[in-house]
Amino acid sequence: MACYLTTGKHMSIYWSVGTVLLLLAITAPTALLFGFGGAASARSRIAPLRWFGQAYIAIVRGVPDIAFFLFFVIALDQAFEWIRHQVKCPDWEEPVRQGNDFVVCTIAKLPLGNAPQWVHETYGFFLAVLTFAIVFGAFAANVLFGAMRAVPRAQMETAEAYGMTHRQAFWRILVPQMWVYALPGLSNLWMVLIKATPLLFLLGVEDIVYWARELGGAKTARFTDYPHPDWRMWYFLALLIFYLLFTRVSEIALDRLMKRLTHGQATLGGEAQRKAA
Amino acid sequence: MSCWETIADYGLRSLGIGQRLLPREDFTLCQQVTLIGSGMIWNIYFGVLALLSGFFLATAAALGKASNVWAIRKTAEWFIFVFRGSPLFIQFFFAYFLFLSLKSVSPIFDPFSAAWLGALIVLFLNTAAYSGEIFYGALLSIPKGDLEAADAYGLTGWAKFRRITWPTMLRLAWPAYTNEAIFLFHATTLVYFSGFPAWQQRGDALYYANYFADKTFNPFVPYPILAGFFILLTLVVVGLFGLANKRLNRHLPTERRGKMRLRMNLIR
Repeated sequence: MACYLTTGKHMSIYWSVGTVLLLLAITAPTALLFGFGGAASARSRIAPLRWFGQAYIAIVRGVPDIAFFLFFVIALDQAFEWIRHQVKCPDWEEPVRQGNDFVVCTIAKLPLGNAPQWVHETYGFFLAVLTFAIVFGAFAANVLFGAMRAVPRAQMETAEAYGMTHRQAFWRILVPQMWVYALPGLSNLWMVLIKATPLLFLLGVEDIVYWARELGGAKTARFTDYPHPDWRMWYFLALLIFYLLFTRVSEIALDRLMKRLTHGQATLGGEAQRKAA
Repeated sequence: MSCWETIADYGLRSLGIGQRLLPREDFTLCQQVTLIGSGMIWNIYFGVLALLSGFFLATAAALGKASNVWAIRKTAEWFIFVFRGSPLFIQFFFAYFLFLSLKSVSPIFDPFSAAWLGALIVLFLNTAAYSGEIFYGALLSIPKGDLEAADAYGLTGWAKFRRITWPTMLRLAWPAYTNEAIFLFHATTLVYFSGFPAWQQRGDALYYANYFADKTFNPFVPYPILAGFFILLTLVVVGLFGLANKRLNRHLPTERRGKMRLRMNLIR
């Protein structure tokens, strides 16, 4: 049995667990950054910026996120190639869209046609991260926008009374105080982000879902030393348990963090902690 | 070919009625709108049936989680934990391969590996778990006074549950439940990307949108069409749930009733 799980190909599935964790580690802060930008622009005093921020937040609500994933991967790829095309081949005559083809000049291709395999894989992964960050950035923007509004109005008024400018009040009063209001939403978001990682498979990255399908499929004795019937069901059961454990562990960790952050806060939770002590 | 002919040919294509071959070249806007709209039939089918059936299991799961009997409580807790703690995508894959291997045991399981039944079961269990958790939260926040008043009127058992506990629970849970319904409709797009095959290219809206995006290599037309359809669907869902909300709150004085304040929770 152990031999079945330690073949060379199986190393790829263990590595792909690393891919998933890497995706989470990169996406979470990037999405938070996008979210912060979105929330800040949604409450901006400049009208076009505000409209942009509000549209960014609102549009994700009505549309399935998987549609965004499928859309952005192609759209971003074409956008990058088109920009490079404009920069590198300014004297190109033909239109970029020819019927059902998207044609840019050879040196504008991304990645270049003669690039090694790992460049292609990294570029695919980079597109996936950017897509995740855009979609989850909208979610995070919504959470942070709500949190900014939850900061007591009196705090901002006090800041104005002290003569702080709009910018100063934002950075010194609003931003430090909003996190405790944002944390429940953000931890929910983290859970959703974990549960969205299998969608990497749809973006063409060779992740755990890909390898579970590959390795679980029936193998005949002709091609491998370790033949087995169709085991995909068990591989996916293993993935199911992996994700259950992962979400459970993060739930416990986030609960602890929440307890620590509410300590001493003038909220219901903080008050309950004070009384219990 | 005029647009009416296209609608006649492809309007019910997702059910296998009409033109057999999908368009292969010279895609018109009309073809894309018609086929993607035709795919929406499946999204609505999955969403409506899963919601209706899931509603009852969700009530049962919520009551089970609040039960005093250890075995019932643990069963409900584990059910909710398993379906809320793991990705729906993996649940689809697991269920599909489970049904595939059951198929070799007995031919009774044949329809289960087809999307119309197999995926529906997964969606049913999934939405039951999510709404069960919502209902459980609402159950715990029923005002104590309401239950005491019911006791004072001599209501017990089924009558108390049917006339006091259950309506109050629904009333409290309704905004969150609306949100869950919206997300369930979004989740239906995963079905044909998760192992369940689209037999004879009868797929849902995203399946066709993806087909056009692959063929034309231009994502800027089919996906916005899909988005438009889904925004319409979301508006309909919000409208219908708003009507139900009005009925649930009809006993309240008008000024307290107000409009249902949808918590714009983007995530379930």
